[in-house]
Amino acid sequence: MSKTTERQQEEGLPGMDHPVAPFLRMDRMPHIWCSTCGIGIVLKCYATALQEAQVDPDKTSIVSGIGCTGRVAGYMKLDGFHTTHGRAIPFATGLKLGRPELFVTVFSGDGDLSGIGGNHLIHAARRNMDLLVILVNNFIYGMTGGQNAPTTPEMARSSTMPYGNFEPPFNIPHLVASCGASYVARWTCLHVRQLTKSMKEGIKRKGFRLIEVIAPCSTLYARLNKLGTGFDLMKFYHDNAEVRHDADTRDVAIKFQDSIICGKFVEEEKPTFLELMDAHYRKALGGRYVPMPAEGGMLREQD
Amino acid sequence: MKADRAGVLTGAHYLDGDFACGEGAMAAGCRFVAGYPITPSTEVVERIARRFPTMGGTFIQMEDELASMAAVVGASWTGTKSMTVTSGPGFSLMMENIGLGAMMETPCVVVDVQRGGPSTGLPTMVGQADMMQARWGSHGDYELIALCPQSPQEAFDLTIDAFNLSEIYRVPVLVMMDECVGHMTEKVVIPAAETIEIVPRKLTKKPVAEYLPYATNGNDIPEFARAGDGYRFHSTGLTHDERGYPVMSAECQKKCVTRLVDKIRENADKIARFDEEDTADADVVVVAYGITARVARMGMELAKKEGVKIGFIRPLVVWPFPEKRIRELATRVKAFVVPEINFGQVVLEVERCAAGRAATVSVPHAGGGVHDPADICNAILGAIK
Repeated sequence: MSKTTERQQEEGLPGMDHPVAPFLRMDRMPHIWCSTCGIGIVLKCYATALQEAQVDPDKTSIVSGIGCTGRVAGYMKLDGFHTTHGRAIPFATGLKLGRPELFVTVFSGDGDLSGIGGNHLIHAARRNMDLLVILVNNFIYGMTGGQNAPTTPEMARSSTMPYGNFEPPFNIPHLVASCGASYVARWTCLHVRQLTKSMKEGIKRKGFRLIEVIAPCSTLYARLNKLGTGFDLMKFYHDNAEVRHDADTRDVAIKFQDSIICGKFVEEEKPTFLELMDAHYRKALGGRYVPMPAEGGMLREQD
Repeated sequence: MKADRAGVLTGAHYLDGDFACGEGAMAAGCRFVAGYPITPSTEVVERIARRFPTMGGTFIQMEDELASMAAVVGASWTGTKSMTVTSGPGFSLMMENIGLGAMMETPCVVVDVQRGGPSTGLPTMVGQADMMQARWGSHGDYELIALCPQSPQEAFDLTIDAFNLSEIYRVPVLVMMDECVGHMTEKVVIPAAETIEIVPRKLTKKPVAEYLPYATNGNDIPEFARAGDGYRFHSTGLTHDERGYPVMSAECQKKCVTRLVDKIRENADKIARFDEEDTADADVVVVAYGITARVARMGMELAKKEGVKIGFIRPLVVWPFPEKRIRELATRVKAFVVPEINFGQVVLEVERCAAGRAATVSVPHAGGGVHDPADICNAILGAIK
């Protein structure tokens, strides 16, 4: 047990007997998410995956942008960074390249990663940057009050598309797969076991790995579209999600209240950014090449 | 500690200011650079991209300047000294994460090789019109440090100083070069590594259970823990308490932001650095920085021939401003003359400090070239009429 977990136990915080409590900042509970929001489920799956994959939490960093999902970095008991809107991926890129031995996860929402951060998303995928990206997609900007997102399905209502959205949305798995991501999967919040398994696969793989998780937003998306409660959305996932591994990502676009294709779409072995860089400099520079040490480029006093 | 030999190209060189700045960064122990190409700064990262793989450094060309600055802040949290380099349009994009760096208290260096603006302006020609952006560019209240070299040698020296100051105060430090200094080639002497003083990243020695990332224990600057050392800390761009946890209250805001501002303001005299010449019996004091300091000297020579007693203040650190010295001089000189390649930016600070006790004369220049020394001479002569 880590020293930080001991400290939490000594403080007698409630919920310390929860199985994933050692991975959470229990001194920050209760969290800010709405009742029946899906993000907590995704966080639980991630913590479980870390536990089951026996990841060293001391060498794990988590980076979030801004928004409802952006709060995840603050609830995980890891080195956690809550950065600027859209910039979680480049911040995480710096962390990974600054200390290559770190396992770095980006945990953020659809608006943060594919809207304001869209440029970084496609370039990190192109580089096959060594990051696990958990993209929670609730089809809307939740934190700011239900505005239209680049993922809002056509005809769905949002506070800034009060007559229904007429813009075509992104198909996230297709976007990142076509840019070069080496692992791409999609699940809903209902697929707890599959999602956890997928996260474990993501943890063990290298390169740019993205898992899109469809999550209910009962306060805004469901209310504005008269879809009932979060539970009704989970029931909808139950009735309308279809697992289709290896599906062509061109076919997995999400239409308003239509079927949601889930599964593992891409799993490809190919060199990561760091591997490409290392191999290339070895070849180009030979003995003159000095790679950055795994523990980072921090210079220390030499005795 | 002393500089790491691997990064120090000891010897006498013929370098432009951009290359010299890159050499300064490597000598200072910088081992991560993220950047996006932009004239007239690109030579800095080109130099670094060529030399980094031989000293354990990583350069990455990011997709834009937003990403470059975010990556620099991220990399610094691993303890790796980090830098980015840009010019005006990129500097505007970097403001977002310069603010994050200030809020998270992240040591890092940003080089702005200034060109003419606004907008795309004059990509290949000189300007000094980003000086107030350096001071106020990101939203909210914060303080940081900005240095201004006047030569390639100083581009080398001040870049090392920038890294050292960023480590001491845990702030982004800006090197506000200008295109003339960046593209001017002169002799640059790089000393032996053993003679270059480097401020290393000072890591906390506190046990994990006692460490709070933003507790200051009576000091101005919190102790640093880097990602991956087991502290499992949290840092956020939101207003935060000593634990680094967000707290949305006026009380926490006051505590958090007051310290961000005070850690620089209260040390302003310690950070301030300026050259001072002939002020003892001066009637007029010229205040100039960067390339304009060198042009101003020519204007001063012309005015001296007319019998004017002229002193000179050249801030090497422009922010925080050498406020105390300007206030003192204001009580006994007739006027300050401030030439700069903009429509009057740093002159506002001189005027504020002079507070009506001495006249303040701006000598503006729109950019794309340097002042005609005769214009500076005429401003000096006009100031004592």
